[in-house]
Amino acid sequence: MTRVTVTVNGEPRDADVEPRTLLVYLIRDNFKLTGTNVGCDTSSCGSCTVLLDGESVKSCTLLALQADGRTITTIEGLADGDVLHPLQDSFHRNHGLQCGFCTPGMIMAAESFLRENPTPTEEEIREALEGNLCRCTGYENIVKSIADVAGSGRSSV
Amino acid sequence: MIPAAFDYVRARSVEHAFEALAADEDSKLLAGGHSLIPLMKLRFARPSVLVDIGRLEELSYIREQGGYIAIGALTRHHGLATSPVLQRDCPIVADAASTIGDPQVRHVGTIGGSIAHADPASDLPTVMVALGATFVIRGAGGDERLVEAGEFFQGLFTADLAPTEILTEIRVPVTSAGWSFIKFTRRAQDWALVGVAAVARADGVAIVLANMGQTPIRARAVEARLAEGDAPARAAAQADHDTAPPSDAFGDASYRRELAKVLVARAVTEALS
Repeated sequence: MTRVTVTVNGEPRDADVEPRTLLVYLIRDNFKLTGTNVGCDTSSCGSCTVLLDGESVKSCTLLALQADGRTITTIEGLADGDVLHPLQDSFHRNHGLQCGFCTPGMIMAAESFLRENPTPTEEEIREALEGNLCRCTGYENIVKSIADVAGSGRSSV
Repeated sequence: MIPAAFDYVRARSVEHAFEALAADEDSKLLAGGHSLIPLMKLRFARPSVLVDIGRLEELSYIREQGGYIAIGALTRHHGLATSPVLQRDCPIVADAASTIGDPQVRHVGTIGGSIAHADPASDLPTVMVALGATFVIRGAGGDERLVEAGEFFQGLFTADLAPTEILTEIRVPVTSAGWSFIKFTRRAQDWALVGVAAVARADGVAIVLANMGQTPIRARAVEARLAEGDAPARAAAQADHDTAPPSDAFGDASYRRELAKVLVARAVTEALS
């Protein structure tokens, strides 16, 4: 076992893991943050998307040890107490989810994207979501939810 | 799926990485891991030790160096896609990198990892052969050798790179001439069903195909026809010459042969326009 130390949603955390432990299982099993989902497990669907040092990554295809000493933000880290993050609020208002399974990954991918490009076009939003699949096919309202936040100066944590 | 058990060493320097590699003959380098970790999950790869070089900042850079641009092997795809130097002086690299996988993959995957992995369906190896790039490969003793991209890829996932060597730098020429990179995919994030990189060079247009055989393949028959003065559409009819495309759920070999002809015609036209 190897000790891994990370900052998760602003809090220092550590755990003893096998080197083969994937980052998503460190987050879900060790830290009990189950908002991050495992979907395809092949880095295709984006359900496991978290921010690593502020950038979106697929946590099913990273080792926990690759995140050692770094900063992780999960869906649980976005809201400020009872106040939803602007993207969460927008997905709520715009019906940006149906079954909800892809939603944490969609929001984390969108958060990373809006930090890089705060005023995207609709086409850029669609391209930015190429790594996230919604099997309810609710893309229209997902794009609408992100567009509603973009450019309003309400994004980023 | 979880990979089979392995030991993990985080390299503190390139020298430390060589030491760790030498300590176990089944060790393997880990850069971003976005090709290696999926293979390990499927047990197609089962290294005993992973030597993680992913944090060696000394191998992450993009700099102009006379007639060429030197790219550190650990430069991530996102860094390639957003590099002002590459966008200005070797735009095909920035353009191709911006189409690899998806944003999450581009935040992690590296140019050196992609090239060393030698997947014939991969984007950057195809572009490197078209550009006539040079790879800097360091051995354990600190000695370096240079390998031309066209000589590097030897077979399916097989390259001129020993397990004890490290690909440290990629050198691409400054190119103001025409170029084109076209990748045909079923879904945005997919590997190329067929990909084409075309670069107008001093000695003619270099055309390279992705996913039409065991390595990136130069479409030499098309290049020769163009040199003889054929129009792009006519020359492109030779695009599947000397290829051996795979058949899979997304397209059989005959479909890929036809696709290669169509895409090569488009790519050559774009590169020469």
